[in-house]
Amino acid sequence: MSEVAEKKYAAYICTGCGIGDRLDAGELEQTASRDGRMNLVKQHEMLCNKEGVQMIRDDIANEGVTHAVIIACSRRAKVEAFDINDIAMTRCNIREGVIWARPDTDEAKETTQEMANDYIRMSCGEIKQMNKPSPSGQQGRNPNVLVVGGGVTGMTAALEAAEAGYSVHLVEKTGALGGHVAKLHKRVPFKAAPVGTPNSPDANLPMPEDTGIADMISAVEGNDNIKVYLNSTITKTSGAPGRFSVDISTESGDTTTENIGSIVQATGFKLYDPENLPEFNYAGSPDIVTNLEMEELANAAGDGPIKRPSDGKEVTSVLFVQDAGQNSSDEDRLPYDSGIGDLVSIKQALYFKHHNGDGCDTTICYNNLRTPGAPGEDFYRSGQKNGVIFTKSDVKEIVPGDSLTVKMHDKILDDDAEVKVDLVVLDLGMVPNSGPDPYAANEALEGMTDEERAEELEAQEAHAADETSVKVESILNLDYRQGTDLPHLKHGFTDSHFICFPYETRRTGIYAAGPVRRPMDIRQAMDDATGAAMKAIQEIENAAQGRAAHPRVGDLSYPTFRKEGCTQCKRCTVECPFGAIDEDEERYPQYNEARCRRCGTCMGACPVRVISFENYSVNTVGAQIKECDIPEEWDEKPRILVLACENDAYPALDQAAISGVEISPWARVIPVRCLGSTSLSWVTDALNNGYDGIIMMGCKRGDDYQCHFVRGSAMANERMAKVGDTLESLNLEPERVVVEEVAITDIDRAPQLIQDMADTIEKIGLSPFKF
Amino acid sequence: MSELNKAMIEQYRNSFLSEVEANVEEGEWVKMCMQCGVCSGSCPLGKHWAHPPQEIFMMIRAGKRDEVLTSDSMWMCTSCYNCIVRCPRELPITHIMHGLATYARKLGLVPQNQPTAKFAEIFWNNMMKKGRVNELKLGLSLYFKDGFGPGIKEALRNKDLGMKMMKAKRMAASEFFGGHGVKDVSGLQKMIKKAQELEDARMKKFD
Ligand code: SF4
Ligand code: SF4
Ligand code: SF4
Ligand code: SF4
Repeated sequence: MSEVAEKKYAAYICTGCGIGDRLDAGELEQTASRDGRMNLVKQHEMLCNKEGVQMIRDDIANEGVTHAVIIACSRRAKVEAFDINDIAMTRCNIREGVIWARPDTDEAKETTQEMANDYIRMSCGEIKQMNKPSPSGQQGRNPNVLVVGGGVTGMTAALEAAEAGYSVHLVEKTGALGGHVAKLHKRVPFKAAPVGTPNSPDANLPMPEDTGIADMISAVEGNDNIKVYLNSTITKTSGAPGRFSVDISTESGDTTTENIGSIVQATGFKLYDPENLPEFNYAGSPDIVTNLEMEELANAAGDGPIKRPSDGKEVTSVLFVQDAGQNSSDEDRLPYDSGIGDLVSIKQALYFKHHNGDGCDTTICYNNLRTPGAPGEDFYRSGQKNGVIFTKSDVKEIVPGDSLTVKMHDKILDDDAEVKVDLVVLDLGMVPNSGPDPYAANEALEGMTDEERAEELEAQEAHAADETSVKVESILNLDYRQGTDLPHLKHGFTDSHFICFPYETRRTGIYAAGPVRRPMDIRQAMDDATGAAMKAIQEIENAAQGRAAHPRVGDLSYPTFRKEGCTQCKRCTVECPFGAIDEDEERYPQYNEARCRRCGTCMGACPVRVISFENYSVNTVGAQIKECDIPEEWDEKPRILVLACENDAYPALDQAAISGVEISPWARVIPVRCLGSTSLSWVTDALNNGYDGIIMMGCKRGDDYQCHFVRGSAMANERMAKVGDTLESLNLEPERVVVEEVAITDIDRAPQLIQDMADTIEKIGLSPFKF
Repeated sequence: MSELNKAMIEQYRNSFLSEVEANVEEGEWVKMCMQCGVCSGSCPLGKHWAHPPQEIFMMIRAGKRDEVLTSDSMWMCTSCYNCIVRCPRELPITHIMHGLATYARKLGLVPQNQPTAKFAEIFWNNMMKKGRVNELKLGLSLYFKDGFGPGIKEALRNKDLGMKMMKAKRMAASEFFGGHGVKDVSGLQKMIKKAQELEDARMKKFD
């Protein structure tokens, strides 16, 4: 079988979709065979149809084609037709990238043909550096889902996964299932009033309802696919999706080790500490209670009236302080709002109307009344209908006494008032139960001077060494090199891409759900848990086949490094946004393919360029940069290299072409997996080769990032800060290299950025490096 | 007034709201207001009043009994219905405004010399006499409401209009002497009296 190992390169040119009309197909063929040195070049009038694809398939079977370039539409089009993964394959985009991006005029004809010829040369160069990706052999199928947290979120995730046929290990820290919800008297109703319910004060509106938690607990306990561990925590998690090994330990120290495929973290929330709010005097009176303590009072009431804690007197008036310690700019208060506190207070005010009678005065002091969710507005009306008094006011102070005096400012009447009540309920915010943020120490250092850094590091070390200092307990105890727990985004909530894949955390195969991800109510948490359970199942199947998770779903390629070249600098280990790389005993990086999202950030980070994928490497892009024809200076045809992120910038350029927005004929666009994979050497090579300008287009970075690989775009930006030195050493203008944030919707702006570069080049002149 | 003051202490309680609910026409709607302010923004006159509708409704909830019932704002409502048409919660705002005015009158809390209140009084008395409105007398009593001197002035100012109306048979001088009425005036008066008794009996005491 020695001839199988031989490489055979083929190029297939599609002349459909107007390509044949706009371009000289003969010339394209010649470019592919002469410049691209392809062994086999064929044309087809509609390559994506059955017959065209069959032609390629036949060549693979009969001609021994091992590498193919499909010269047709964008890699984002006809994905299914060209789903060829038994050989190395790349797409050369001359439809969106060339003919649709250029006007169909006589003057444009020459530059349009040049563009197409260049893209063919580039793709032919690329394919020679590519190999067929195949799974690493690390994988196995493990159908066990670990769910951490036995509240309503965890139990829902467990039930959903179990119903889909997976076995679940459900670990709960306390001695009982149910979490906060088990302590509630009633829950906010799930359903809105029926359509057509009138606006009248006697309409039939939703009321607080049974929590349903007892049924859920017995469903979990009665499910053969779910094994419950009470009074237990996770003391160690090692491995990767599909092959996690997890130690589950009980309080008494007994440990069982389970093999786990994927993990759902549903560790919920705790309430903000009311002792931090001196003006509300929580410590000053037992009749000032938290929203959770209020539930206990309602439960204790049984069928009778709710009584105040201090002396057991029947409550005749109660006041709710909304957003206590929330939405605040003060340092130790919550800068966000849980968003569900108003629904909770309406519910609790209705407890009083039910238990203590209509005569019990219930006042809700709100700031911005928000009642999200399907029943929200109807539930608000339900409170109003039952005589709950709503007042937009700031509560300034609560003075304890025989009855409590609430000092407030009515914001609608612009009036100060003092109200005497039996009981005050503080609407406190939700604080996520997260483990320690692996990157907290790094973040504290960002933007500091060297001196400040040294001081901060010293302080951090002292804190870690001080045994009396309060430390956040780890939840997962991951033995990853990059920390024990899921990274945070803001305010301790788990980081996940908020638009595109909310459950996907920065640790592949571990999905956060419920209020640990963002504040939410029971209804939302149950939906969230279902979503996370589905992702956990999907990851089990992906890991079994060595396929990547979001956003490169199904990708079989994975990074490897050449040990001989590695200097053990650890850049890859540190910069990987997903903590996929550990260290082996010899201190070399150790890749965990199943944890890897295939972004290539490690590849871009490696200073000695030893990291590569089978089908994506420093060389695959380097070859494209090199194979593009650079016209002589007197031709006055500049070349602009565009390194465009495949997730947003590249589709934005495609969409621009589809919408008829012109793209400069000087542009040569190379898609990259993530701007994070960009190697500084590409920029240096391009400048040395005579490109006149370089634009790097990545996703938005920062706290409200849109980078599909979370930190890739940010890492690239940091790395490119060094480009200045290169430019200086080449004596080139700094304007020649720019990094831009481009969103998928930027269909006018992305082409404009290229045009701006063309204008800049016209101003500063062509690069002197054309030879 | 002492009792009113006592009622005022109970701020942000249901007491005054319940009173309005029980005793004011359409008063049970007040609690359904969500304080969006659309009514006040839509009212062509609201900005000239002490308290446009949204504010009146909040004051009711805040327990400002005295200030609400002695306010002249609800007397200023022209029944243009702008607010009703726009209220997203569909409150019958205009009717509540008139309901509050009626209730305030019942409690004797109408601000002194409030012109629209005075007009309403004149209109009612005029109508009750014969069971229909005597326009000539209504016009004259309106002119003379502030005394004889200003009345003469007002009458002279409008005399041309009056002459024209007479010519067009829209008004007859003979109406000045008695004027015609409904068939069974005393029956009507009895009926109204009974209705008022029923209404008064329904009023709940709140002090
Ligand atoms: S940086 Fe990206 S490609 Fe490299 S190991 Fe991490 S996830 Fe994988
Ligand atoms: S970045 Fe490159 S040289 Fe540095 S540790 Fe990783 S593989 Fe080795
Ligand atoms: S009906 Fe009365 S309260 Fe309503 S908008 Fe008109 S004048 Fe204002
Ligand atoms: S428009 Fe309706 S809901 Fe809005 S403030 Fe006025 S009465 Fe209230």
